[in-house]
Amino acid sequence: MYIQETIKTKYPPGDLALWIFICAELLVFGVFFAAYAFARANNIELFNQYQATLNTDLALINTIALLTSSYFVVSAIIAIKENQQQKSSRFLLLAILGGITFLIFKMTEYSHHMSEGINLTTNLFYMFYLSLTFFHFMHVILGIMILLVLWINTRKGTYTTEEHNGLVSGGAYWHMVDMVWLILFPLIYIMR
Amino acid sequence: MKYESQSVAKLYFIAAIGLFVGQIVFGLVMGLQYVMGDFMFPEIPFNVARMVHTNLLIVWLLFGFMGAAYYLIPEEAETELHSPMLAKLMFWVFLVAGALTILGYLLVPYSTLAEMTGNSLLPTMGREFLEQPTITKIGIVIVALSFLYNVGFTVLKGRKTVITLVLLIGLAGLAIFFLFSFYNPDNLVKDKYYWWFVVHLWVEGVWELIMASILAFVLIKTTGVDREIIEKWLYIIIAMALITGLIGTGHHFFWIGAPEYWLWWGSIFSALEPIPFFMMTVFAFNMVNKRRINHPNQPAVLWALGTAVMAFLGAGVWGFMHTLAPVNYYTHGTQITAAHGHMAFYGAYVMIVLAIISYAMPLLRGRKACNSAASQVAEMWSFWLMTISMVFITLFLTGAGILQVYLQRFSDEPMSFMVVQDKIELFYWMREGAGVVFLIGLLLYVYSFFIGGEERTVEEKV
Repeated sequence: MYIQETIKTKYPPGDLALWIFICAELLVFGVFFAAYAFARANNIELFNQYQATLNTDLALINTIALLTSSYFVVSAIIAIKENQQQKSSRFLLLAILGGITFLIFKMTEYSHHMSEGINLTTNLFYMFYLSLTFFHFMHVILGIMILLVLWINTRKGTYTTEEHNGLVSGGAYWHMVDMVWLILFPLIYIMR
Repeated sequence: MKYESQSVAKLYFIAAIGLFVGQIVFGLVMGLQYVMGDFMFPEIPFNVARMVHTNLLIVWLLFGFMGAAYYLIPEEAETELHSPMLAKLMFWVFLVAGALTILGYLLVPYSTLAEMTGNSLLPTMGREFLEQPTITKIGIVIVALSFLYNVGFTVLKGRKTVITLVLLIGLAGLAIFFLFSFYNPDNLVKDKYYWWFVVHLWVEGVWELIMASILAFVLIKTTGVDREIIEKWLYIIIAMALITGLIGTGHHFFWIGAPEYWLWWGSIFSALEPIPFFMMTVFAFNMVNKRRINHPNQPAVLWALGTAVMAFLGAGVWGFMHTLAPVNYYTHGTQITAAHGHMAFYGAYVMIVLAIISYAMPLLRGRKACNSAASQVAEMWSFWLMTISMVFITLFLTGAGILQVYLQRFSDEPMSFMVVQDKIELFYWMREGAGVVFLIGLLLYVYSFFIGGEERTVEEKV
């Protein structure tokens, strides 16, 4: 409590340059979502038909994995504010595991689709499904790489109660990856 | 100039500007041929003038990039260049090879040039912008490899900065993607893929990294802003340039026989290609506003700000204008493309090379920081003459393009190509006029370096 009162949280937290990058990334996804909405509006039956073939259970597990992972990132930042570096690095490791869990389940889904011969040219729905989720998949990989750097830095004692800008910035990027999935999941898997 | 070996850059810069003048002269010849079809025929047919105009552009920009690297890498790495001798040798190899190639274009028919240079052994000729004989292409690869070896080893033995890292990635990418020009498949769809792997991945991929790193260097030097801040911007700019630029290649795959999903991928990602250019504009103005020194070389700052703005307009806005597949369906290969091409090349690459030349040349010629006040005034006039005339060239070509699209492709009774060309003649005349002003601006730019007088010193900002 004492620490929370004495350390002012600047706004936006982390690095401004990274926030600009996050906004640009969100714009890329936003345009993709808009294109999906436009294509779906013109092909509702096709989209509904093939949406039913997706594995919603795995997607739900993945949603929980990412949300939990984000929770661990927040916990890692709180721990560093309390100057508990070991605890912080453990939380980051758990966050990374959450990300890897997502990748494993997503690859399971992809291998299922591939075994059925589905690819980008199968139909418009699958084109969007594969494009959007794969683009996000690549962001999860990038996010995990960032978390790995943060984990190594935390273990080395780079971040302190006073100076942990890098950790907050990296955490913000991971939350962006998480947030995009929170839109992507209902948009592609659930909305009918 | 901090390191003796930086002086090799001077050769490259002089050659670059010389070839730039040649490029513009051939541009004017070609511009006139749009309205006077037999102008200088048969000595310089339209296809030859066009080839010389575009090839000279590429070659002089490469000279400019190499000169920029030879200038900034020793300063960034804080060490002398690995081998100034090799840099000089490669300069002459590249210049002679380039000159012979241009003479070949001008003096013999293209098919004869192909025969003379043994194109049949490894056919690579005949593709737009990559018309160079195979032997010249091999020469380019040798020059590029020697250049990378030279600057690479300089960086390895010295200080490693984000600027040199980004510049090296850009230059290495430039060399690697050029290798696709050696693959010339019979299948036309594949042929187009590989062609774009050179052309697009150069100008909308790795060249952007080169541009961003040179811009960052000039801004560090002229504004005195902390390197840390500038490097952070550099990271996010190149990340966005790569995300949008690499997948954005898809906007060239719309009509070449590639799968349909490219209509979506190409449209979406290339629509976002203006983002890194917009970031560069914000970055440049932000850094100049936060400047800690008032650098006396005002033209260099002007070129740096100008390149950011014009690149955003030319590459970003004019690119976006016709990048969405439903729009491109009508505009593909019309004067809209020419409008975009002119302003994008000028804004992004011509201006960044002129910015580094403007910054470095006075230092290379033994001055402390900049040219005299009179010289700077002349150079700034040349900036405005060239930039404003390029804006008009772009607007006239855009007007021509819109009319062309309507008359040739959109109206209820579409007209044939040549009939439409006659109808848009007025725009071509106006473009030619703007082109003449551009040449005057360029000649003034060259002249400004010969204006003497005393220089001013660096003023600290209060």
